[in-house]
Amino acid sequence: MPPDPITLHSWGRFPVTDVIVHVPRNAQDIRQLLQPPPAEATRFSGIARGLGRSYGDSALASHVVQTRQLDHFLDFDADSGVLTCAAGVSLDTILHHFTPRGWFLPVVPGTRFVSVGGAIASDVHGKNHHLDGTFGQHVQSLRLLLANGEIIHCSSIENSALFHATCGGMGLTGIILDASIVLRRVPGSAVMQRTLRTRNLREVIELFDANVSTTYSVAWLDCLASGSALGRSLLFLGEHAQDGRYQAPRSGGISVPFSSPAFLLNRYSMSTFNALYYQRPINSEREQRIEAGNYFFPLDSIAHWNRLYGKRGFLQYQFVVPDESAREAITRVLSTSSAAGKGSFLSVLKKFGPGNDNLLSFPMQGYTLAMDFKWERTLLPMLDELDRIVLDHGGRLYLAKDARMSAEVFRQGYPRWEEFAQLRAQTGADQIFNSLQSRRLGF
Amino acid sequence: MKNILIIGANSAIAKSVSRLYAEEHCRLYLLARNVEELALQKTDLEIRGASEVDFATFDVNNFGAHDAIIDQVLDSLGSIDLAILCHGSLPDQALCAENFAAALQEFNTNALSVISLLTSLANHMSIQRNGCIAVITSVAGDRGRQSNYIYGAAKGMVSLYLQGLRGRLYPNGIHVVDIRPGFVDTPMTKAFKKGALWASPEQVAQCIVTGIRKKKHTIYAPWFWRIIMMIVCSVPEAIFKRVKL
Repeated sequence: MPPDPITLHSWGRFPVTDVIVHVPRNAQDIRQLLQPPPAEATRFSGIARGLGRSYGDSALASHVVQTRQLDHFLDFDADSGVLTCAAGVSLDTILHHFTPRGWFLPVVPGTRFVSVGGAIASDVHGKNHHLDGTFGQHVQSLRLLLANGEIIHCSSIENSALFHATCGGMGLTGIILDASIVLRRVPGSAVMQRTLRTRNLREVIELFDANVSTTYSVAWLDCLASGSALGRSLLFLGEHAQDGRYQAPRSGGISVPFSSPAFLLNRYSMSTFNALYYQRPINSEREQRIEAGNYFFPLDSIAHWNRLYGKRGFLQYQFVVPDESAREAITRVLSTSSAAGKGSFLSVLKKFGPGNDNLLSFPMQGYTLAMDFKWERTLLPMLDELDRIVLDHGGRLYLAKDARMSAEVFRQGYPRWEEFAQLRAQTGADQIFNSLQSRRLGF
Repeated sequence: MKNILIIGANSAIAKSVSRLYAEEHCRLYLLARNVEELALQKTDLEIRGASEVDFATFDVNNFGAHDAIIDQVLDSLGSIDLAILCHGSLPDQALCAENFAAALQEFNTNALSVISLLTSLANHMSIQRNGCIAVITSVAGDRGRQSNYIYGAAKGMVSLYLQGLRGRLYPNGIHVVDIRPGFVDTPMTKAFKKGALWASPEQVAQCIVTGIRKKKHTIYAPWFWRIIMMIVCSVPEAIFKRVKL
């Protein structure tokens, strides 16, 4: 008997939907779930879900396969650094056990509370994308459970079509059971950070380009500055410390206990915060030593920070545009959003390196900007406007953050969508693996 | 480095407890029914830092095999510094109310098997003259409630047994811990709607490991269940019998 539905949302707390959650203990349990039922019952249709850190509706469906019990380490080769673990293991768990031994994940997103399966499905990127690419590019191989219950090994050599569809495939090719990831030896876990203040968008882009050989780079951008100060930013550059000291990111910090009234976040509070943050005293000559946890995951120290956006949640809008049109596109996006009176506490700008062979992977050579917008009715028309700017400049939106883009916007941004759809049809995945997002995007 | 025996090792709480001890580089011996899950745990725990992990398949309801399995564990570990009994099942109360065979089965799993295993363990460990015995009981054992009294009675029996055993083993240097979790989100309770009082197995495991280190006698996991159960136990029976709890 299936369990009762529960009300569920992902990190952006929008949308909210009723979901039947299955928590399999192993591959056999999942197989049973996918088996064609007796005539009268409806067949399983749903999506895998890890820690629910995608923002929108990519891990929501009428049924979800929760991977938290698939949480075993399966193998570790201390010579090569290849770690094999089940899909439900979190990046936090990996860092907890391996940072003290001198290893680090080759790519980490802005939160360590994501599962390995989720990191692969979203083909996540980090502050080192311009040099090291996405998470999927460090996956040596993975095991995928297909719609027919078959389990296959995938890598860039073996079943490579499914491998490149699955990395970045938002769980729509099957259920990722486990994966082998190549960990990286680092000279120290902390990061030596330099902070550069830039006066406008042109300056920050020039500085990103000038520092392209720095391992980690990311900029916080004041999205409410306008005129000649439009795009003013703080650029954070980082390299692993060489001190041989290793400390895993620690839990603790503060927690937001309940949804705060959303009106506290308005254009005045946000522009004040942004202006103060931009003007904080900085010595750009001096390097600061920052522990890995604070450098890579500053927001993880505020548990449930998504509650700050109120009961109705928020949308994160993240897009990428190619180098050549980046300045113009980002200028237009920022002026459109500030003209609409919509701002974001945290707007993050990052230079990407080249894209990869994964069919639905987000990054491409260029610049990506992520902005958080509190949910309100007037937001959606403005985002449609931003979509047009992004597409006109040859860009696209990040599926892991999306809760509202149209099928048309998706297809224009991801020209290999047809190949992806074909592969889904061939493996029968289109009948079984669906999310609210995949339905909206026309799969 | 401690030698630790974990019985019912495939339960969600046991799994989390084993992981915490693995990080302390302990040596673990796991007993449970499902051999595939045990093998998976062995690899996992060794990667997490356990100095060595052994396991054997074992059904707690095969009482006749208890002495032999404890001998086997002692042969392998040499001595047992800590034994944690985590096995249990959640009865179908309505079925047990009608059918004594079902109730007996639940008493065997949740109470008598524990007493049988502890008889064997206590005798071996009192020869060592040090060590700790910890048993997962339940807040349900604090007071009989109409919705769940077979489970409550079985767990309550174990709690009373542990109180006596604690006194008996005290002169031998053996510490006895009664672990009483509240609602825990595990496969055993998957049919329940979860609310604010529910804890994760990881949280409960942390309470257990900390409580054992601090030599607590009774661990409520999480701690606030001590207060909840004080209130539940203070309601006069004349009122309590009318409450559909």
